Amino acid sequence: MTESYLSPLWISLQTVLTTTFITFFLGIAAARWMARYSGRYRNLIDGLFILPIVLPPTVVGFGLLVLFGKNGPLGALLSLFDTSIVFSWPATVIAAVIMSFPLMYMTSRGGFEQVDINIENAARTLGASEWKIFWTVTMPLAWPAIVSATILAFARSLGEFGATLMLAGNIPGKTTTIPVAIYFNIQSGNMDQAMVLVVIVLAISFASLAALAYWKGKARRTVPITPEAL
Amino acid sequence: MNLLVRLGLILAVICFPLTGPAACSSSDAITLNISSAASLTAALDEINHQYELNGNVRVQVNYASSGTLQTQIEQGAPVDVFISAAAKQMDTLQNKGFLINNSRRDLLNNRVVLIIPDGSSLAVDEFGDLLDSAVSKIAMGDPNFVPAGTYARAAFELLGIYEQIQPKLILGSDVRQVLNYVENGNVEAGLLYATDAALSRHVRVAAAAPDEINAQIVYPVAVINTTKHAGPAGEYIDFLFGPEARTIFEKYGFNVIDQV
Repeated sequence: MTESYLSPLWISLQTVLTTTFITFFLGIAAARWMARYSGRYRNLIDGLFILPIVLPPTVVGFGLLVLFGKNGPLGALLSLFDTSIVFSWPATVIAAVIMSFPLMYMTSRGGFEQVDINIENAARTLGASEWKIFWTVTMPLAWPAIVSATILAFARSLGEFGATLMLAGNIPGKTTTIPVAIYFNIQSGNMDQAMVLVVIVLAISFASLAALAYWKGKARRTVPITPEAL
Repeated sequence: MNLLVRLGLILAVICFPLTGPAACSSSDAITLNISSAASLTAALDEINHQYELNGNVRVQVNYASSGTLQTQIEQGAPVDVFISAAAKQMDTLQNKGFLINNSRRDLLNNRVVLIIPDGSSLAVDEFGDLLDSAVSKIAMGDPNFVPAGTYARAAFELLGIYEQIQPKLILGSDVRQVLNYVENGNVEAGLLYATDAALSRHVRVAAAAPDEINAQIVYPVAVINTTKHAGPAGEYIDFLFGPEARTIFEKYGFNVIDQV
């Protein structure tokens, strides 16, 4: 009983950590690209990237359901390999990645846009490869923004409800995350169980905010590379 | 990049227990995927526990509102058995050809009741008493999308008092909200299912809707036609009608409908 009672916590932790990991790289790649992209479709692409936080989560969930459903393009593709995403644990990750992506993307893009292009160019004149410039010049300078972006993405995926419920369902012990469990516990009158999960979510949220404050303080004290250092 | 390597390691460790055993043990035992109205959660969990003790079929339930479940089935979600809280969603699926022919049966009956806060001094013991000027606010689910609200409106219409009652109505987005309003005394009375009223010790059932209305409140069950386990799915439905399941359903305030 205690095991199933706390199963939403383990599912949420696995989902949130996997999601943050994936969103971290996707968001940074998209942000870095868009920060220096000035083509004709800039606004269109930008709009598409932030669409998930503009739309109600249930609508995003419905979109994903259509996409991954048996008749959808991705669902049909997956059924060739005899797998299905709908109602599976990976579905919780897919929903959370889509919903947390805009926050990771927007916040880290802000960080990249703040980076003085002359500093990158200086590194280029010294013969550094683009890859090296990105990791040793751009990333350290944008690091405070990236930390904020990661925490936001983490928090968003921890609270994700609507899209998850649509795509992954509410299967206890398999896809029931903390927010879904809280909602259905309240709906069915199990206030005690709901409160335990609310306290857990609050604890995780405050811990991540504390981590944010700590990292930011650290980043401020030891900016790894300053213009003078170049 | 130390940090990334560490993150990766943490992830690998965390994800292993999830993907590892699941990948190894899924082959022989049959798992039935049930999509059930969330109002059955407590009862069905208990019944499924019994069912799994009896045989080697595993049962996995997705609980949500009947409308959400209907949408998921329409989009080809892997579902073997659907238990809906209203005929409407099942009708739609039947008309669109998602059900196995003749697998649909009416499983349960529920009742709409009128509740008042525990300790209320109001003299309400039938729906008509709500016309009294002492009753200024009545909570019920929005009849446009909350099934309990739809039946409550039908009850008022049957009694011919919907027009007079309407200015007093506070419409909730779900049954739980209605229960909260009544529990906290924000409204003098509320309308919801008998099974929801049974969840709270702070409300008292004052009256039940007319039998003509309550007879319409059924929970149908059916096998979805994309199932790969039609046989076990049918046996599972038989179990829901059996004596063990009946005892549990009745404990939670549902009536199991007798099969003719």
